[in-house]
Amino acid sequence: MNPKTTDRIATFVLYTIAFLIVSVLFGLLAYILYHGFQRIDLQFITSPPETMKAGGGIGPQLFNSLYLLVLTLIITIPLGLGGGIYLAEYAPKNKVTDAIRLSIEVLSSLPSIVVGLFGLMVFVNVMGWGFSILSGACALTVFNLPLLVRVVEESLRSVPREQKEASLAMGISHWTTIRKVLLPVALPGIITGTILASGRIFGEAAALLFTAGMSSPDLNFSDWSFTTPVSPLNPFRPAETLAVHIWKVNSEGLIPDARAVADGASAILVLTVLFFNLFARWFGRWIYKRLTAS
Amino acid sequence: MQSTPVVEVKNLNLYYGLTQALFNINLSFERNKATALIGPSGCGKSTFLRTLNRMNDLIPGVQIQGDIQVNGNNIYHSNTDIVHLRKNVGMVFQRPNPFPMSIYDNVAYGLRIHGLKDRKKIDQIVEQSLQKAALWNEVKDRLHTPAKGLSGGQQQRLVIARVLAVEPEIILMDEPTSALDPISTASVEELIQELKQNYTVIIVTHNMQQAARASDYTAFFLNGEVVEYGATDLLFTSPKNKRTEDYITGRFG
Repeated sequence: MNPKTTDRIATFVLYTIAFLIVSVLFGLLAYILYHGFQRIDLQFITSPPETMKAGGGIGPQLFNSLYLLVLTLIITIPLGLGGGIYLAEYAPKNKVTDAIRLSIEVLSSLPSIVVGLFGLMVFVNVMGWGFSILSGACALTVFNLPLLVRVVEESLRSVPREQKEASLAMGISHWTTIRKVLLPVALPGIITGTILASGRIFGEAAALLFTAGMSSPDLNFSDWSFTTPVSPLNPFRPAETLAVHIWKVNSEGLIPDARAVADGASAILVLTVLFFNLFARWFGRWIYKRLTAS
Repeated sequence: MQSTPVVEVKNLNLYYGLTQALFNINLSFERNKATALIGPSGCGKSTFLRTLNRMNDLIPGVQIQGDIQVNGNNIYHSNTDIVHLRKNVGMVFQRPNPFPMSIYDNVAYGLRIHGLKDRKKIDQIVEQSLQKAALWNEVKDRLHTPAKGLSGGQQQRLVIARVLAVEPEIILMDEPTSALDPISTASVEELIQELKQNYTVIIVTHNMQQAARASDYTAFFLNGEVVEYGATDLLFTSPKNKRTEDYITGRFG
């Protein structure tokens, strides 16, 4: 076969693969959104679910998903930044560092149901937090942290060496250099990584079944105290998320419109992830501009 | 070499792990003169330059023996304040490396970090430094735009302004024009001429015309040793060592 023909065939095959991937995505999205939108309206998004009769919504679940994400990020971002900075900038090249890296990799590949059971044992029982958002957030931290540490480390490493040397050559300390020069340059990468990690938080169900719980109290959205049991912000209340709700409605739902509710909830979940991605990207660009004056 | 040298290097040996990179270097640099370090790639001239502000400390496995004195103080003494040393011995790198900040912040960065808070004073020093680096007229209307938007030559002059802002005595330049086009190179070289009136400049260069044009003294490095060191015009017109002659006439390197 002559090189030109081979090249054409290769190009055709690659295009086909790319097209297949894109069409699977769009097919899925279209299917989910088409079925979902038949159920979605303002009432569906805002009202609590029903247990026996049709017409329930997903309001508390949607809120729980978002609140859980925020709580998880509050825990993981400082830890992830610290770990990533340590590995990229301070860790010496030796066996201990290698062991840390290996542990991080193993942590990120643990099956989520195992992490869920671990959370049930440690956070729910030993710590005594019960089925709560806090237990859920801690369980999700177990997945999220390794990803974030990796992302922070990689982003810091990809900052050109000259940038770092320039700062150090001015007699500026290592820590100040990291804060003022390395982190701003690494920020877009860190944000992209955080978004990817967050997508997993939205979608996670198995690890939450036994930690954040499979029910949600009827939230009182006019009560924003951290301590009352029906307050949306109370981190010690059980919090069924959207993903868990979809699973529950599908597998053991008693409501007659279970299928429609699951469809609607799926569509909302997909849209939320989409909006979150777009928002986070915009926010990342905004911060980057603020920090770098570009 | 009559006046007291500002930098004096005695019996300097440097090792990367087990490999020796610099062999028994003895050099002294005079105040307010430009000295060029020339030699083929890998001859140790950049490594040597980086010993003068202790940038080699960052590379694991580097071992240094000997004595480097700046204004009579051994900079490898254990109580040397590296922050102070690097403030006094500024460095310009091969590729322009402005920080990801505005032009103004690039110059003000060192000042702020070293504790200057007075905004008027900062404004003043930023302007002075940019003027000394012959960049003020080109950037005065866009001080708060990103430094990355400048051309390569402008970026390199900005980096020089950033170094000047913290008032060093000595400026090290590691092939400062090798990533620049001819016009930018000319502007940076002109600047070096200006700078040596008030600063001691030590410049590593691959470009022999540059060494001949811009420096008062030249040291020729080969395989980690200083082969010849002397006044630039003498070294280029009547080199004493055969290897120097071979190198500057282009027979190798």
